[in-house]
Amino acid sequence: MKPFDYQRADDADSAIATVSGDPEARYIGGGTNLVDHMKLGITEPGKLVDITRLPYDSVEALPGGGVRIGATVRNSDLAASHVIRQRYPVLAQALLAGASGQLRNLATTGGNLLQRTRCSYFQDTSTPCNKREPGTGCSALEGWNRYHAVLGASEHCVATNPSDMAVALAALDATVLVRGQEGQRRIPVTELHRLPGDEPERETVLEHGELITAVELPAPSESSRSTYRKVRDRASYAFALVSVAAVVEVSEGAISHARIALGGLAHKPWRATAAEEALRGAPATEETFRNAAEAELAEARALRDNAFKIPMTRNTLSAVLRELTRQEGA
Amino acid sequence: MTDVSNSGKLGEPLERLDGPAKVTGTARYAFEQPVDDPLYLHPLQADIARGRVVRIDTSPAEALSGVHTVLTHENAESLSSRVDVELAVLQSPEIGYRGQVIGAVVADTQEIAAHAAGLVEVTYERHPHDTVFRSDDEIVYTPDGSNPMIGEDLDRGDVDEALAAAEYAVDATYTTPAEYNNPMEPHATIAVWESAELTLYDSNQGSYTVRDMIAPTLGMDPQRVHVFAPHVGGGFGSKGVPHAHVMLAALAARKLEGRPVKCALSRRQMFSLVGYRPPTRQRVRLGADSAGRLTATEHSALEQTARVKEYAEQSASAARNMYVSANRRITNELAVLDVPVPTWMRAPGEAGGMYALETAMDEMALTCGVDPVEFRVRNEPERAPESGLPFSSRNLVSCLRQGAEMFGWNDRDPEPGVRRENGWLSGTGVAAATFPSFSIPGSKATIGYEPGGYYRVEIGAVDLGTGSRTALSQIAAEALEVPVEAVRLHLGSTEQPRASIAGGSSGTASWGSTIVQAAREFRAEHGAEPAEGAETTAEAAANPAAGEYAMNAYGAQFAEVAVNADSGEIRVPRMLGVFAAGRIVNARTARSQFLGGMTMGLSMALHEHGVLDGRFGHVVNHDLAGYHVAGNADVGSVEVSWLDEHDPHVNPMGIKGIGEIGIVGVAAAIGNAARHATGIRVRELPLTPEKFLI
Ligand SMILES: Cc1cc2nc3c(=O)[nH]c(=O)nc-3n(C[C@H](O)[C@H](O)[C@H](O)COP(=O)(O)OP(=O)(O)OC[C@H]3O[C@@H](n4cnc5c(N)ncnc54)[C@H](O)[C@@H]3O)c2cc1C
Ligand code: SF4
Repeated sequence: MKPFDYQRADDADSAIATVSGDPEARYIGGGTNLVDHMKLGITEPGKLVDITRLPYDSVEALPGGGVRIGATVRNSDLAASHVIRQRYPVLAQALLAGASGQLRNLATTGGNLLQRTRCSYFQDTSTPCNKREPGTGCSALEGWNRYHAVLGASEHCVATNPSDMAVALAALDATVLVRGQEGQRRIPVTELHRLPGDEPERETVLEHGELITAVELPAPSESSRSTYRKVRDRASYAFALVSVAAVVEVSEGAISHARIALGGLAHKPWRATAAEEALRGAPATEETFRNAAEAELAEARALRDNAFKIPMTRNTLSAVLRELTRQEGA
Repeated sequence: MTDVSNSGKLGEPLERLDGPAKVTGTARYAFEQPVDDPLYLHPLQADIARGRVVRIDTSPAEALSGVHTVLTHENAESLSSRVDVELAVLQSPEIGYRGQVIGAVVADTQEIAAHAAGLVEVTYERHPHDTVFRSDDEIVYTPDGSNPMIGEDLDRGDVDEALAAAEYAVDATYTTPAEYNNPMEPHATIAVWESAELTLYDSNQGSYTVRDMIAPTLGMDPQRVHVFAPHVGGGFGSKGVPHAHVMLAALAARKLEGRPVKCALSRRQMFSLVGYRPPTRQRVRLGADSAGRLTATEHSALEQTARVKEYAEQSASAARNMYVSANRRITNELAVLDVPVPTWMRAPGEAGGMYALETAMDEMALTCGVDPVEFRVRNEPERAPESGLPFSSRNLVSCLRQGAEMFGWNDRDPEPGVRRENGWLSGTGVAAATFPSFSIPGSKATIGYEPGGYYRVEIGAVDLGTGSRTALSQIAAEALEVPVEAVRLHLGSTEQPRASIAGGSSGTASWGSTIVQAAREFRAEHGAEPAEGAETTAEAAANPAAGEYAMNAYGAQFAEVAVNADSGEIRVPRMLGVFAAGRIVNARTARSQFLGGMTMGLSMALHEHGVLDGRFGHVVNHDLAGYHVAGNADVGSVEVSWLDEHDPHVNPMGIKGIGEIGIVGVAAAIGNAARHATGIRVRELPLTPEKFLI
């Protein structure tokens, strides 16, 4: 590991000024992703600015029924938060489906959103990777790509975003609050991450030095039901092969509203707008669920090892919709 | 021989003597041994799979403050023996596999050493490499024999004719992937060089094995090499012989005489430097008559080996003696590739081989329309089929019957794919297990009577965390006819008398026999009331029954499996293993061994898979986030049971090894259960969700 400087930030402005003014500086939250990368030589920051003492460590109710989640709230605390468990179960479930208890105790909301892909070639400096070293080629394209993308990938990068939390946030229409030297801006979480295109090294729309301060969730509809379903190789402590976050409302046997996001399939949490479209107003039947899934997956393209993700997503999305639309007592 | 097995101390569930030290963190493992002013070593590894180093520029690394030396083939000393290529490090610029050691940085801290390693600039001449496991003629050959001492291929009767004439036939090919031992404690060593003597604090499975291999490589008198392994956090075969890092530390310590050199491998480094279970491709052909009796058995195995050093796994060996069959053909071939050197991994041969054979047995039972338990019972041999020898004891049938009773097997509906609850399909499966009962001669033990009235028992064996320290203390207490508190056992190093390797599940039997012999001689010499300072050293006599009996442990594995009908995810809520493995020395540590073995079998069935990328020649998922081993949530109810087996022939205590048999058969039982759950027969490990997607 390359030697580095370490600073603990006491106020946001000076933290932002420090990182913005130094291309080698990085924020550090829980460090569960960044420190691994430093040990592996994937990133070699000259300076770390620790933001975990900044006053962003609480979950607050907002007027109008929404909540604001501070950027340094730990994943364990967020999952245990009463308001999240009561009103946004999809988020609590997604958090608890991620990583391990020890990691969640350290991981922060901001760090989780910005965690980088688990692509094995990205994580190994001895193999070419366009994301790590632009222009060197994508080793996964014709290599081991079982965990890789079937939606929205490019010939330059086929990596997936590994976050469970972000998938739930995408289905909840969350907004990310960001501060930079120019002031504050609000970014819908679905627009925070980018598709790889020909710049896979750029994963988000953030500029260097911009600090995530919070995530806001709009008020949930009282009659909606939500859930997170993660399909993985182990019963715990494994990244998603495929995951589904869904918030659904049914009235009189028809789906009045559905917000769906998919994980494990793309370079970003994948908001399934085509599926949502197909569900809107349709009867809650097996055929509807399947059609919705097929509509979303129409553009899916499999690589050597991940063709299974397409039927696995179709089946899992159908199963989630079946569960959420099941009449009480039925 | 006196039968020492009746005094009641063997079998008691004595708590581990080193348990408190381990759970309070005061038991020191190799890397934690206190040494003065140590330096830290980080190995440099080749980034190509075949070729040579044409230039290695160490100056940027050496310029870094805190770096003491960078060893490469250009400056390393010339070794006295190059017989073992894994140990003959830095003797040439040639590269035979990706990850091979090409140098080492030694620095004040681990972090500096690792950072400096990244600054070394290496220029290679690349040669074409071949790393993809397959059955092409150009890479396949027949080895002279296979591990551990299995001779030539076997061809009895006329298998082809018997298959043609058989009422029922099965012909299927099974594959198992490369699997990595990954003991909890990574490989680590500290080398200290003082007055031309080398001391190694090393995590290993045999301190004498380490001495015997390191000394000649360094051209040293073995007496001048001292090896200590007081506590070891698992090895599973990967610590059976010393690997390159031990030599690197020794060379560095010699060069930097006076400063101890510490080296702990990272998980990633372990994937290329400490061995692994080679991938296999196994074809099994079975023929049976109308009564469900096997008439033909063919097991043809192909395993991977490394071009730089042969390792011949014996996947087909269990099929030599498992079931009756007048016609039998057993063949073993190797595919030689530019890959890291494979080695033993818990139950080498049986673990992979019995997956294939016991899956084929399930397929044959279904083909014949006979219950899988009953089918195995029908094919039980009276004598060892290959040698014709009687079994010293063989209680497979009792394991199957007792297991069937305990598991509730007897009410089972054989119909596949019909039990469905909340979206999960469930099923049950069974498989047999076997493992040879080895004893390795040549160990010695010393027993002395000490002031304070206790017996000092010394043997240079290693406790891998299995509980050997505790079990051997019990054996000594019984043999000396004293309470276990009166025994102080010393083991783990070459300071004690020579002992055999902790491998092949042979430890307790081999060392236990030695201690029993020493106790007898001690009593014969010094009587029941010895004087303080009385001491006897003895070696176990060879077992007169060896060669007269076939000696193996047996078991029956049962599993219940649930497969998600939507996602294909597979879970194992319940497992039961029933074993017939001779006299159980300590019910507590034995249970842990079986449990651990079965859990490792579950992990092999569902998860473990080292994925090799043929373009680069490396294991892509070379860390514990990518290479999955079973976690707690994957392990449901695991029940362990054993028969009260009395074997008068294996050794004076009637002990068979129990370290490895627990893993054998588990993967087949789970695969067979998954087939019962879903109707889908998967013949390729691991059983990942996509294989059950419909
Ligand atoms: C073995 C393992 C298994 C895992 N399994 C899962 C899993 O199943 N599902 C899952 O979702 N995750 C999983 N994770 C990932 C884990 O969730 C992330 O490591 C964690 O969420 C990152 O949060 P952190 O606070 O530690 O981030 P850090 O490591 O501190 O930071 C990550 C990145 O975000 C930047 N950053 C941090 N905070 C801010 C901020 N406020 N503003 C701007 N930039 C910021 C840092 O500079 C860095 O680039 C796993 C991790 C490991 C090691
Ligand atoms: S998929 Fe993306 S991250 Fe992985 S190797 Fe290709 S470019 Fe790198």
